[in-house]
Amino acid sequence: MSRFLLRRFIYGLAVLWAVATLTFALMHVVPGGPFDREQRLPPQVLANIAAKYHLDDPLISQYLRYLKGLVQGDLGPSYKYIDRTVTDIVASTLPVSALLGILALAFAITVALPVGTLAAYYHNSWTDRLCLFLATLGISLPNFILGGLLIWIFSIQLGWFQAGRLGTTTSIVLPTITLGSSAAAYLSYLLRSTLIETIGADFIRTARAKGLNEAIVIFKHAMRNSISPLLTVLGHLLAALVTGSFVVEYVFAIPGMGRFFITAVTDRDYPMIMGVTLVYSTLLVSANLIVDLLYSVIDPRVRSH
Amino acid sequence: METEKRSRGLWRDLRQNPAALWSLVFILIIGLSSLLAPLVSPYGAGGLDVAHILERPSLNHWMGTDGLGRDLFTRVLYGARVSLAVGIGTTFLALFIGTIVGLISGYARPLLDNLLMRIVDIFYGLPDLLVFILLSLILGRNIVGLLISLSLVTWVRFARLTRGEVLQAKELVYVEGARAVGASHPRILLRHILPNITGPIIVTLTFMIPAVILAESTLSFIGLGINDPYSNWGTSWGTLAQDGWRAMRTYPHVIFFPGLAIFLTILSFNFLGNTLRDILDPKGKLR
Repeated sequence: MSRFLLRRFIYGLAVLWAVATLTFALMHVVPGGPFDREQRLPPQVLANIAAKYHLDDPLISQYLRYLKGLVQGDLGPSYKYIDRTVTDIVASTLPVSALLGILALAFAITVALPVGTLAAYYHNSWTDRLCLFLATLGISLPNFILGGLLIWIFSIQLGWFQAGRLGTTTSIVLPTITLGSSAAAYLSYLLRSTLIETIGADFIRTARAKGLNEAIVIFKHAMRNSISPLLTVLGHLLAALVTGSFVVEYVFAIPGMGRFFITAVTDRDYPMIMGVTLVYSTLLVSANLIVDLLYSVIDPRVRSH
Repeated sequence: METEKRSRGLWRDLRQNPAALWSLVFILIIGLSSLLAPLVSPYGAGGLDVAHILERPSLNHWMGTDGLGRDLFTRVLYGARVSLAVGIGTTFLALFIGTIVGLISGYARPLLDNLLMRIVDIFYGLPDLLVFILLSLILGRNIVGLLISLSLVTWVRFARLTRGEVLQAKELVYVEGARAVGASHPRILLRHILPNITGPIIVTLTFMIPAVILAESTLSFIGLGINDPYSNWGTSWGTLAQDGWRAMRTYPHVIFFPGLAIFLTILSFNFLGNTLRDILDPKGKLR
């Protein structure tokens, strides 16, 4: 089992190296740069900038310098925020995004568990159809429209929550709902279909036949066997939350990593773009590694593959 | 004759499901009226009217007017051209690339398959929207650049799907039979395997179009989408929503109608996809 995990770990590192190399190459192909102004800077200034950031070095030595920095946890200097490194910026913005992501995930699970279970239990009834309808609505409603709608109803019309000012406890409520809604819909959908399959299985019939309480059959027998397939989508879910955070942080003016990434793209702050991309892929690779780990603990058959 | 029977069965199943049927009707109406936009709307695409700025919906302007006095209904119609073209164009480009890679990958020897699947893995290891943004930095933020960068990410879905289907199909008796009578590899792939795996591909296609429309409108909304103000193809629904976002506090109608258009279109495609999946994929492989 440890050999299986070691292989996955090395593979994960290889993916990260590939991502680092690809983004590095990409950022050096892009025309234009962060120091292009409408009014051209004096040549002496440009030369100084190039010297400071080693922009005149051969590409290969820039690449090696970048990789060496990465190994030491140094993502390089930000071209836009002269006094801060990319690592600094990530260190101060990642916790904000992470908190939002965790809250959104918690919200999604809290909604998905009852909705998915109800829909599966009353399969093909109007309850099921209502749950499916709601889930399809949730998947189809873009984050920015839901966010706008919630702000319009709850901050502008009712004045219950302040939008765009983080720090108070209530100000996180609307962003959490906005970010978590599509994940909630997706998870309910998935839980419903795995549960329907499990409830139809023979061991559930056996459990019912021996006269077990219906609640125990559903929550103990069926649920336990339906949760593990949900683990596989953890990576996918995390990717969706990252994507969502770009929008939600933009809409609610939250100073998280997604918002900084978007500004970095408009500012053409290449080290920042590369750094954030790497942080996101590290998160995803780790999530997939954790899934592999959990999976091989839950399901021994995986180990032999 | 077989296909004719099958498509008639499809039509009957669709008719029994009102949600899917209305979705199809809605998509057709949106598509047709955006194609015939100059006939549907009395206002031109760029018709500024300084006397009627930010008017609320009325009989003259069904959806009101925007900050430059342009009729919002007309803008939504023209925006539909961009959003639908990006959604459908990207999906078919991705379908083309992905199916070819998937067919070869699933059929060929392990070495090539491994190589192709590792590329697929790297694409899967990154959030879609992030890759779109990085690629659009290079390919430019016009409609063609956007179409290419969106399909460079989405083809992966079709590649994975097709590969899996081919891997299963090539063990089946009909492929063995074709091989036994001496059919060539391309013939087996294109004439025997491909027609048998169209069901899951069509279902994925139906879900991919709204996903791309969502991605494009999200990009445009955060200001990283099409940035081509002088072209006819410069304003999608997402761009309109972005315009309206700034004025939302006082003039909510400017964001409401483009938002509604995006939502209803995505919803319709998803309803249609759900029904098609029930019909074409009854064993539930794509669930």
